[in-house]
Amino acid sequence: MHLSLKSLLREYLRPALMLTLLLTILLGLLYPGVVTALAQLLFPYQANGSLRYADGRLVGSELIGQYWTSPKYFHGRPSATLSDDGSHLQPYNAENSGASNLGPTNKVLVQTVQQRIAELKRENPDAPPGPVPADLVTASGSGLDPDISIAAALYQVPRVAKARGLSQETVRQLVLSHVQGRFLGIFGEPHVNVLDLNLALDALKH
Amino acid sequence: MSITFNSFVQIALFLALVLALTKPLGLYMTKVFNGERTWLSPVFAPLERFLYRACGIDPAREQRWTGYVIAMLVFNLAGMLLLYGLERTQQWLPLNPQHLGPVEPQLAFNTAASFTTNTNWQNYAGEQTMSYLTQMAGLTYHNFISAATGMALAVALVRGLARHSAEHLGNFWVDLTRATLYILLPICLVGALVLVSQGVVQNFNPYTVVHTLDGGLQVIAQGPVASQEIIKELGTNGGGFFNANSAHPYENPTALTNLIEMLAIISIGAGMFYMFGRMVGNTRQGWALWAAAAILFVLGLAVALPAEQGGNPLLAHLGVNQQASALQPGGNMEGKEVRFGITDSVLFTVTTTATSCGAVNSFLDSYTPLGGLVPLANIALGEVIFGGVGSGLYGMLMFAILTVFIAGLMVGRTPEYLGKKIERKEVMMAALALLISPATVLGFAAVASVLPQGLASLTTNTGPHGLSEILYLYTSSNGNNGSAFAGLAGNTPFYNWTGALAMLIGRFAFLIPILAFGGSLVGKRVVPAGPGTFPTTGPLFVSLLVGVILIVGALTYFPAYALGPIVEHLLMLAGRTF
Repeated sequence: MHLSLKSLLREYLRPALMLTLLLTILLGLLYPGVVTALAQLLFPYQANGSLRYADGRLVGSELIGQYWTSPKYFHGRPSATLSDDGSHLQPYNAENSGASNLGPTNKVLVQTVQQRIAELKRENPDAPPGPVPADLVTASGSGLDPDISIAAALYQVPRVAKARGLSQETVRQLVLSHVQGRFLGIFGEPHVNVLDLNLALDALKH
Repeated sequence: MSITFNSFVQIALFLALVLALTKPLGLYMTKVFNGERTWLSPVFAPLERFLYRACGIDPAREQRWTGYVIAMLVFNLAGMLLLYGLERTQQWLPLNPQHLGPVEPQLAFNTAASFTTNTNWQNYAGEQTMSYLTQMAGLTYHNFISAATGMALAVALVRGLARHSAEHLGNFWVDLTRATLYILLPICLVGALVLVSQGVVQNFNPYTVVHTLDGGLQVIAQGPVASQEIIKELGTNGGGFFNANSAHPYENPTALTNLIEMLAIISIGAGMFYMFGRMVGNTRQGWALWAAAAILFVLGLAVALPAEQGGNPLLAHLGVNQQASALQPGGNMEGKEVRFGITDSVLFTVTTTATSCGAVNSFLDSYTPLGGLVPLANIALGEVIFGGVGSGLYGMLMFAILTVFIAGLMVGRTPEYLGKKIERKEVMMAALALLISPATVLGFAAVASVLPQGLASLTTNTGPHGLSEILYLYTSSNGNNGSAFAGLAGNTPFYNWTGALAMLIGRFAFLIPILAFGGSLVGKRVVPAGPGTFPTTGPLFVSLLVGVILIVGALTYFPAYALGPIVEHLLMLAGRTF
């Protein structure tokens, strides 16, 4: 090894700096730029966020869950996202995604779930008694879960039907027709997209 | 009892896909690193030649192990400084539609160390902190080159084993450039577009403002996500564009993207085992390592999957239905997404920690104690279960050396591996490489669990779970994984500095003995196998190797785990909360 300053510069420093510069241009600018151009050309709907419109008005993204409170809409899962400054809970804040990170033996988790069950039962007096679907009382990983389980949707059918003056059977059929199955019948879990379902509910009225 | 039939089918198919990808990828990588022409050469060879010319690199000139190390260190230092600079000046640079300010110095340092070392630990929320330019030119760039660095080093070590009576291990610049141009970049170009077709976003738009049907206001973060997402997995990096990482629907919208992302995480690591066999002239040597990894992979699933599918008994008492059925995934759904349920969440978690990826599609801090123990132990075992790109192979080879050494001790013969005598110097280097990690992890964790600066960050969880969080932070940092028990408030001076230190030690203090080891082996002669040679291809070797990995891991970490996840599991069954 000849570690003279000159050989150090020629053999190591120049390649290191030049390669850093050129690969930054290639991998950090050209590559994402080319992917963006192709994505915008081939899949503009998906590349821009799968945004949904109703009556010409932007009402959300098919992939990003929303905070639903009105009894006439199906509700999504609890969300543990915080406000932008992190000071307080702000459910479904889509510019600050995140989970509760509550551990399995955390008091706060147990208390929170207990409160959610009570609230859920209060909001859905006509729902079948007994244990409630797990996904309706636990916060998702992203805080932006756009989906609920079939059980969680069926649980809310009596409330939604009553609030809209529809028969439970009509709403039930609507839920079942909006179930998205497993990929190839194997991968993932069957689920119902909440925005999709609620848009269909509103369309039913017209 | 609590695993569903569908779980079995998904896991079997996933492993079959990994198996099917191993040989073609391994063969292709062998060609790339042997400098042969590939079917992509017409496209990339001119670019490759241009890069060498512009950088003053003579591709025919190989380096000794010392030269290889210096090149790697200087190159990584340059990239780390560039990233730090970008983070600190992003407010004046373009592609910042949300007008995000500069990243604070200690957080910028932690992040620069994190992405340079292929860790991608994140003490920040991407959508609140990093401009689009920083995400691309800073973070996406490091996703590529930290992966290519790992691959280059693994190849150098394999050359040390494959060549004999030689001096050189290869040319770092060439290995790095070829890994990037012929392997990572083409797969990413195609993979990113497939992800976009499923709903992963790829734009430079300002965040979208939505007035919801229910009368609310929602601001939805956007960005050039797909191009970073695919290399995040393929390079076993794991740093999410968004805070929620691969749980975020814009990073991982469907079961198909989930499958692609898991395959991207594990395939290069698996393929490198085959490449190793090919380069040393006996593919069965590679398959033996592959088999050991597959056994450990399934073992992890066998613990974590029933634990998560079984759910949280404390919630069952409250009247939560955690039974899997045709209508719901059931199980412990806190921190998990409905589209993935339990199986796809746990499979992703085991995949991301068996390798050094660290991307998550569900939040590990909310896993049951045994469900969370598996990712922790996977990382602590050295991420050799297929492992990170490159790092998995060189880590597994250290265990293989240790295994032949122990086998040699048992029968009283000088151990050999691939026809090379393993002597004092090699065993010292292998032992050093394997001891640095536990010393760093347990040392830092011990300090953090007594200092007020360490304990102050236990803002979400306390009790034994708090200790698990601290152990996880240093295990993940040192193992260059990057997944987290994220309830621990990591963005403090104490954790930013000690975490960054653990990442740098875990990467570079591990790499130097490994290359020294390669440098010492490359000069040795090959002795022909005799009747006393312990074969390193059969089931006996595979079981010994699995045993050594598990015993070394258990002896090192069991006391700490007993106080964290294991005691928490027992207390949870007893109904205790904290």
